[in-house]
Amino acid sequence: MTSDKKGGWKSLPMGAVVLDAGSSLKYKTGDWRAFQPVVDKEKCVNCLICWIYCPDSAIIRREKWIEINYDYCKGCGICAHECPTKAITMVEEQK
Amino acid sequence: MTIVGLTGDEAVAYAVKQSKVDIVAAYPITPQTIMVERFSKYVADGEVQTGYVCVESEHSALSACVGASLTGARVFTATASQGLALMHEMLYIASGLRCPIVMGVANRALSAPINIHGDHSDMMGSRDSGWVQIYAENAQEAYDWTIMAFKIAEDNDVQLPVSMNLDGFIISHCMEGVDLLEDEAVNRFLQTRKPLFTIDPEKPITVGALCFTDYYFEFKRQQVEAMQNVSGVLDRVCKEYRGVSGRNYGALETFGMEDAEAAIICLGSTAGTAREVARKLRAQGKKVGVVKLWLYRPFPIEEVSAALKRVKALAVFDKAISFGAPYGALCSDVVSALHTLKEEPKILNVVYGLGGRDITPSDIELVFNEALDTAKLGIVKEKAMFLGVRE
Repeated sequence: MTSDKKGGWKSLPMGAVVLDAGSSLKYKTGDWRAFQPVVDKEKCVNCLICWIYCPDSAIIRREKWIEINYDYCKGCGICAHECPTKAITMVEEQK
Repeated sequence: MTIVGLTGDEAVAYAVKQSKVDIVAAYPITPQTIMVERFSKYVADGEVQTGYVCVESEHSALSACVGASLTGARVFTATASQGLALMHEMLYIASGLRCPIVMGVANRALSAPINIHGDHSDMMGSRDSGWVQIYAENAQEAYDWTIMAFKIAEDNDVQLPVSMNLDGFIISHCMEGVDLLEDEAVNRFLQTRKPLFTIDPEKPITVGALCFTDYYFEFKRQQVEAMQNVSGVLDRVCKEYRGVSGRNYGALETFGMEDAEAAIICLGSTAGTAREVARKLRAQGKKVGVVKLWLYRPFPIEEVSAALKRVKALAVFDKAISFGAPYGALCSDVVSALHTLKEEPKILNVVYGLGGRDITPSDIELVFNEALDTAKLGIVKEKAMFLGVRE
């Protein structure tokens, strides 16, 4: 599988060197995901247990409920497992 | 220029000294020991400005070399046999991170059974590791190639590690007259390394980043390109070195190939013996020739085909076994290089010299005669010959 956006071998720096520091934000680990957490806003009570447990800091705090940062969520499912109101469901990714 | 009596290992150590290497990290192992032993004496006596890193194993030696090379330093290490086997993991890291390290390898058999003598099993086992491989025939060549190896490795179009191989004991411990260049001539030829990137706390970069399915393949493709560039760079470096030393080098050297009907192709010290036997047989009117490969990786496909296109029968000498493979490693490469020729020569694979088993002029004469018979009859009687093994 190839991607046009990622650039061919001639355009990449030699030896996989990353020439700019602090670039890990550019590495979107969300595409590792096999299952994505989906939040039911009706059930979410904004207790933030998922926010505490998320190993990738991918839970975004909002006024009344939480949202998921899909750029970095790897789909581990800890949030869904810990949610006391069952507001998060893991849904298989369609790729 | 001065001619000095040196063993192959000492000649390499002297070349490293003249090459103004910044860092050496190595662990002694027979028959490479004298390289690092001599060099550590230069360090102790203040004859060089090199930092010498004492390590507890070859794995650590090459790890230290990778780190040093990434700072932009010129780096040398040396090993053999089990030491090279222990380095195996780091070999791929050195080439993948594009570290132009030069390594002296005094080729030695691999255990088991344990053996300290010369064959090519060690480096042949690492032939897919992305290192350039050069084989020297004698101490003079080991000296010359060590100096040239830095220039090839550090070229912007290459940026790959280079192994400079010399046959354990036969070259590593045998004393010969070696014609040494003046320090000033080596300085002019080599100059200081100019790295394309360096690790520097003032300007941080990331080295060794994770590359998954989306990027890994592209970086391997880059290495393929760098390997292909070696050929042209090597020619240029050899030409420049000829101007400094008066000695001719290239991807390979031929003897009697203008009209040879039967030939031997081999690596390292065996070429000298083969050439002497060929000279004798040619005096008797037998049309034989020798091709000695200096460059084994990248395999010089075009030069090999050009050298062998007229020959009718060819004996390929492998000083290592590739268990279960159709041929020895060198023979497999030669067969693939020649398959595009209109008329391929008949090929005999001669596996010889394992564990340092001596190869004598009469052994080689036997093979030449076998190859001449093959050329005449057009039939290969024995596809694979284990020369010198007791039945």
